[in-house]
Amino acid sequence: MTDTLQQNLVEIHDMSFYRGTRPIYKNMNLTVPKGKVTAIMGPSGIGKTTLLRLIGGQLKPQAGQILFDGEDVPSMTRSRLYEVRKRMSMLFQSGALFTDLSVFDNVAYPLREHLNLPEPVLHNLVLMKLQSVGLRGAANMMPSELSGGMARRAALARAIALDPDLIMFDEPFAGQDPISMGVIVKLIAELNQSLGLTCIVVSHDVNEVLSIADYAYIVAEQHIIAGGTSQELRHNDDLRVKQFLDGLADGPVPFHYPAVDYKLDLSRGVN
Amino acid sequence: MLNLIAKLGQSTINIIAMLGRSGLMLFGALIGKPQFSKQFPLLVKQFYFVGVQSLSIIIVSGLFIGMVLALQGYFILTTFGAEASLGMLVALALLRELGPVVAGLLFAGRAGSALTAEIGLMKATEQLSSMEMMAIDPLRRIIAPRFWAGFFCMPFLTAIFVAVGILGGVLVGVDWKGIDAGFFWSSIQSNVDWWHDLGNCFIKSFAFAIASTWIALFNGYDCVPTSEGISRATTNTVVYSSLVILGLDFILTALMFSN
Repeated sequence: MTDTLQQNLVEIHDMSFYRGTRPIYKNMNLTVPKGKVTAIMGPSGIGKTTLLRLIGGQLKPQAGQILFDGEDVPSMTRSRLYEVRKRMSMLFQSGALFTDLSVFDNVAYPLREHLNLPEPVLHNLVLMKLQSVGLRGAANMMPSELSGGMARRAALARAIALDPDLIMFDEPFAGQDPISMGVIVKLIAELNQSLGLTCIVVSHDVNEVLSIADYAYIVAEQHIIAGGTSQELRHNDDLRVKQFLDGLADGPVPFHYPAVDYKLDLSRGVN
Repeated sequence: MLNLIAKLGQSTINIIAMLGRSGLMLFGALIGKPQFSKQFPLLVKQFYFVGVQSLSIIIVSGLFIGMVLALQGYFILTTFGAEASLGMLVALALLRELGPVVAGLLFAGRAGSALTAEIGLMKATEQLSSMEMMAIDPLRRIIAPRFWAGFFCMPFLTAIFVAVGILGGVLVGVDWKGIDAGFFWSSIQSNVDWWHDLGNCFIKSFAFAIASTWIALFNGYDCVPTSEGISRATTNTVVYSSLVILGLDFILTALMFSN
């Protein structure tokens, strides 16, 4: 057990989560090894972002354990949770930059809140973070002046400001042009390799995410339906996995949303 | 019938749950170790947004309400030959009722709706969530300074509203209708009681400040994070704040001025 805890930064055991009476996850099990990039893929609306919020303690599951470095996140006290969150970070789909602060001040925000650094040191530290995402030249720009890709990179600089152990990326490639997508793929890979950061990447951009993931899970039907390296997933015989990875319009996930019989529905209009 | 009872029960449960959530929000925002060095600059910024930016509407409204009050008062008082009491009428009406109530309603419409929309948008754009994930409590950083700004600004705005309203009364009563300035001011001086009128005016104002700021902040914090949700929350802020201010005014007036 101790060995497992040392190897895995995040472990989810038999976790169930409901929104009202609708189950999102039922007896979910998942592990995220330290220093690796773990991808979580699945169709839209399946609850991937919810999973990140559960790991971050923003939501509480109805059952099961979510361990972060051996500590159960849902049962933490509020103050302990805030302590633990200093070691984790999340890149939101929208970037979630503070719109009334410049890019520089956005990156400086967590540093100013948590560390009492002299202003010259803080200044250099922020510039180093911005340099690592290629946005040192945009330090004085406001979030409204940034493109979608730049906003996400600025948010990434803010996410790594406190040098966390874990970064969770929520759909980092969504809505990005190929260049921005390539830049983000490169940044995630570099952060993982150079700083040894543990990364969880939630995405449905199969090719991009599998190109950097050490291990990937596919979520469907309220639990993990497949897990493995990109090669293992590509050779998985499960029809649901094949449909997702190959992007097939019809399959176990049907093209048509469940409805009453078509003829019956049409005849109602006639009558 | 059974459905109606079930719906009524559900609505009651929802209202109680909402009151509980709003209480927890305020408790989380206000209870805790103060961090003056970090919170003071945020408070000053909110004083500007909530207080200073509401000044124009407060001053203009105060002026016109004072003028209208004086004009109507003059028409009525002259029929009894009692126009010398116009100053007292304007001052007491503004201090006891119109000042705190109208300033409260204007505050809810200008600052309250802005607070709700701002916090709602912060929620919709995941800024509050990102703050939580940075181990920064949004209740302490976002809600608390806005609450205190509302709490302290509203009485000031009310005082300014009343003062400008009285000046509006002077413009109409003294400068236009020719009432003697000495009569006007002395009737105020001799009939306005420091505690009974001025003190109660500020008590009302603080009560309205707590109610309307709390409602505005909670509606933003608890809104459905969509454009429709924010729009509904902003409307709710103005409607609920106005109703609560008017309801509270009746209760406070009954407590303060009945023998």
